[in-house]
Amino acid sequence: MTTTTGRTTAAPPSTRDALTRPDTRRKLVDRVMRGVVTLAFLVALVPLLSLVWTALVNGFDRLSPYFLAVSMRGVFGGMDAGGIHHAIVGTLLVTGFAALISVPIGLLTAIYLVEYGTGKLARAVTFFVDVMTGIPSIVAGLFAYALFAVFFGPGVRFGAVGAVALSVLMTPVVVRSSEEMLRLVPNELREAAYALGVPKWLTIIKVVLRTAAAGIVTGVMLAVARVIGETAPLLITLGVIDSINYNLFEGRMMTLPVYVYRQYQQGLVPCRPDQLDCIATINYDRAWAAALVLIIIVLLLNLLARLIARWFAPARGH
Amino acid sequence: MAQRIDVKDLDVYYGSFKAVADVSMMIEPRSVTALIGPSGCGKSTFLRTLNRMHEVLPGARVEGTVLMDGVDLYGNDVDPVAVRRQIGMVFQRPNPFPTMSIAENVLAGVRLNNRRISKSDAETLVEQSLVGANLWKEVKDRLDRPGSSLSGGQQQRLCIARAIAVKPQVLLMDEPASALDPISTLAIEDLIAELKNDYTIVIVTHNMQQAARVSDRTAFFNIAGTGEPGRLIEMDDTRTMFSTPSVQATEDYISGRFG
Repeated sequence: MTTTTGRTTAAPPSTRDALTRPDTRRKLVDRVMRGVVTLAFLVALVPLLSLVWTALVNGFDRLSPYFLAVSMRGVFGGMDAGGIHHAIVGTLLVTGFAALISVPIGLLTAIYLVEYGTGKLARAVTFFVDVMTGIPSIVAGLFAYALFAVFFGPGVRFGAVGAVALSVLMTPVVVRSSEEMLRLVPNELREAAYALGVPKWLTIIKVVLRTAAAGIVTGVMLAVARVIGETAPLLITLGVIDSINYNLFEGRMMTLPVYVYRQYQQGLVPCRPDQLDCIATINYDRAWAAALVLIIIVLLLNLLARLIARWFAPARGH
Repeated sequence: MAQRIDVKDLDVYYGSFKAVADVSMMIEPRSVTALIGPSGCGKSTFLRTLNRMHEVLPGARVEGTVLMDGVDLYGNDVDPVAVRRQIGMVFQRPNPFPTMSIAENVLAGVRLNNRRISKSDAETLVEQSLVGANLWKEVKDRLDRPGSSLSGGQQQRLCIARAIAVKPQVLLMDEPASALDPISTLAIEDLIAELKNDYTIVIVTHNMQQAARVSDRTAFFNIAGTGEPGRLIEMDDTRTMFSTPSVQATEDYISGRFG
């Protein structure tokens, strides 16, 4: 009512008119876009929640201290037995060793790119890092196998081969994320250190790396999460095994993703009706429980990364 | 402590671009020398050549000599890192290390160089330096708080404390108060007046009143046009420069007719 009178009485639009005229079109667009964005977020959340829920529902029953403590040694048929101890050991050892290879190489490469690299070589390194990011994991597995086959002959399978395959996948991720973090360190801090008569190498270690530490740790953890679920390259380089192997340099090893794959592959057990201790779906149950454990390990790693990042974070009051 | 710096026929290049040409000047010990001039005239570049900080940029180089106590800072056997320990620098924007506390920031020159220092010596050095930077009273009860928790003006004085904790001969200041409010600026200017009893100070400033207030001698830099190198036009006692400069361009700049 007020707007119509305002519009009809004053020939040039009054201030009140200009300020209160309803812009229905803009408000409508705003509301629609808000809805679209929220909807997209919810849709993106559905598979994630559904995945975690399914893993919980299907895997929780079989998950027990016993399941974590034993291997699959001597387990056959539909026996209500067997666990993933060997696969947890394998996953932690192989992924840890892969990180041990990738983090120094990746971090030093990032330092070279940010602090020293200029011109052609730096551009070439960046290009090849990008190419490496896109390498299919099965190719990395074949590469590691072929590399070790040169020295140990065909059919070579042990933990370190798998770790090398994973590190091929992991290194470019470490380089990329560390590079971003190092570039975020303000140049003023480097200059402040130089002006105090601190040599470049000490400036890099004590100022640049220290300032970027939180981000670098997060990046490394993301890189670990990226490779901890790899299956294909480990199937080639580690093979499968039912018993525990702590030695990265001799003998096959089991990892959680390969375990899940193998259990699922074995499928339903044909139980005879008179077999009381035979569980037909035992393989599926074990696969789901192992998948749940893998998710939990990744979750714990992320929590750990957050804790370490908080520890390193700048500007805390001690 | 303080040393004389003698610059002779200095040219500064970035790659093939000549940024500063043909500067000769004498910087007196225990005095404040102000460098003024319009933006892009090379005064900051020149300042950074005095402690070889400009070399941090790839392709930067100089021709000519910079003598401190008779030693050419650009001599073949001179280590730029050692030069920077003798000639400290304070930057335009306060840049305390964000991962360090107030006390750790003051000790940065020692700790970052992996030098060992006893706890009592460290405490003495922190107090001395913060007292020297007129900051001790304000922070003595919170030395372990992060340096970034201070106000801008306090951060800048923390940076000055950090610079003098290395016990340099010369302090270079690149527009040290241009990011600060008038009260903090006054605190910095008072501090400069005290510091000149012990150090040779060179300060770049855009603020002509500041140059007139704090400096004993003033050097005016100017640039003929874009792409041309900056040159030292005139250098004299500050009082003379601001009352009866001998070059017309200086008078035009100081009276605000350009720049």
